[in-house]
Amino acid sequence: MPTRDYAGVSIQTNEEGFMTDSSQWTPQVGEAIAREVGVWPLSEKHWSVITFCREDAAREGQPPGLRRIAKNSGVDMKALYQLFPRGPGKLAARIAGLPKPKSCV
Amino acid sequence: MKNLVVLGAGTAGTTVANRMARKLPSDWSVTVVDPSSSHRYQPGLLYIPFGGSSAIERPRGGTLRPGVAWVRERVVRVDPDARRVVLEAGAVIPYDLLVVASGAQTRPEETPGVLGPGWRNTVHDFYTLEGARALEGALARFGGGRLVINVVEMPIKCPVAPLEFLFLADDYFTLRGIRDSVELVYATPLDSAFTRPTCSRLLASLLTEKGITVETEFAAAEVDAEGKALRSYDDREIPYDLLVTVPVHKGAPFIEASGLGNDMGFVPTDPRTLATKKDDHIFALGDAADLPSSKAGSAAHFQAEVLQENLLATIAGRSPRPEFDGHVNCFVESGKGKALLIDFNYETDPLPGVFPFPLVGPMPLLKEARRNHWGKMLFQWAYWNLLLPGRPIPISRRMSMSGKRRIAPEPPAGADADRP
Repeated sequence: MPTRDYAGVSIQTNEEGFMTDSSQWTPQVGEAIAREVGVWPLSEKHWSVITFCREDAAREGQPPGLRRIAKNSGVDMKALYQLFPRGPGKLAARIAGLPKPKSCV
Repeated sequence: MKNLVVLGAGTAGTTVANRMARKLPSDWSVTVVDPSSSHRYQPGLLYIPFGGSSAIERPRGGTLRPGVAWVRERVVRVDPDARRVVLEAGAVIPYDLLVVASGAQTRPEETPGVLGPGWRNTVHDFYTLEGARALEGALARFGGGRLVINVVEMPIKCPVAPLEFLFLADDYFTLRGIRDSVELVYATPLDSAFTRPTCSRLLASLLTEKGITVETEFAAAEVDAEGKALRSYDDREIPYDLLVTVPVHKGAPFIEASGLGNDMGFVPTDPRTLATKKDDHIFALGDAADLPSSKAGSAAHFQAEVLQENLLATIAGRSPRPEFDGHVNCFVESGKGKALLIDFNYETDPLPGVFPFPLVGPMPLLKEARRNHWGKMLFQWAYWNLLLPGRPIPISRRMSMSGKRRIAPEPPAGADADRP
């Protein structure tokens, strides 16, 4: 299992860079991941999405999909694509220290 | 008398009901509820736009075994506390155990502009019989230009169908002698051609070989029917002359009305036992469930075998067993009379090798072959005569590693897209 260094902490990730142990996450780790994926700087809106993803994942036991984020986080689809270009569901999950949302084969 | 009620008589519901009719204890009855009078062989839809037979339906009555009661009505909602199903005409059906097998439905209205002035003119679908027939006419009239196929959002039924459509379109225009004046474009919300890495690489190279352009991570926001352009949420635009949309899929409306579904109206279900997460008396399978396996007929069949055992266990007072492994087995049409065979489950990606098809002989895996195309054609017979009636088919519900070659993992496709 690869590890990556974020905010001075050695973090376990999978090959795609998604954290495998969500409990290692701190806001500083999130910031470091955001820098790495080019979502920077993080605005209040970014944080409200990230916080929603973490809280929803804790409740539901799985990271929210894009539709769920757009419906429940207070940030609509269009804005999500502006905040997290190309792959909002994937990028928000990665910055929030969650697994990649299932895209369903 | 106790009641097992099955909502939906598609592949999953029919197979489960037919299997249970022969296995239930004598004080149990089985009832299916489905408003439609015919059963459709959905894999047949793919061929209709290219001139394939549209005789893909049979009267529903003939697909249900004696002993299965059929209520031809629409479900309005399920009342889990009272354990009853409310029908459109107001009647109620009480149940002791319930199986939700109501499938997935396409919702073209979810994408603004799709149902606008271009619908069934320059904007088409092939996931409905009417759509597939209309598209046949549109393709026949198509003299050249850009044909775009767009998957709006995952999950969809038969995730390989859009790729198969492109491979068959490549053949079709080649045969008509106009392939050079047709541009084929695949716009997908995924970060690569398919969801599983090994398979994705092979399919991507087939797309390249056939001169098909792929636009990845394309989240369609709207269709401009007058300007003939497809637009994404991040303001990318793909002009088209003919657009084939694979619309958003959702579960049946009664699921949402009953509070049984997730945001897409699919039922949260234990991926291995097929019991729903909310209620011990309700099970779900096939396209209606939110399982992380493909929404495909083969998956529904393997699930039906597991569900039969788990329903019988529940009736006998035992716990359902975590027996479903996510097994999917599908033929992928790749054009020119060939097809690929892929076989995978929750843990194992599609691997190369040979599939030891009992009785029929070995079939090459993850590789184009004529044998596989004929396998796909013969499957229609097996569907009506073996699978739906619940007779044994010569493929184990558990995926087997027999004949498969393990390969080293490679970097995931589209990894760079994360670092613009």
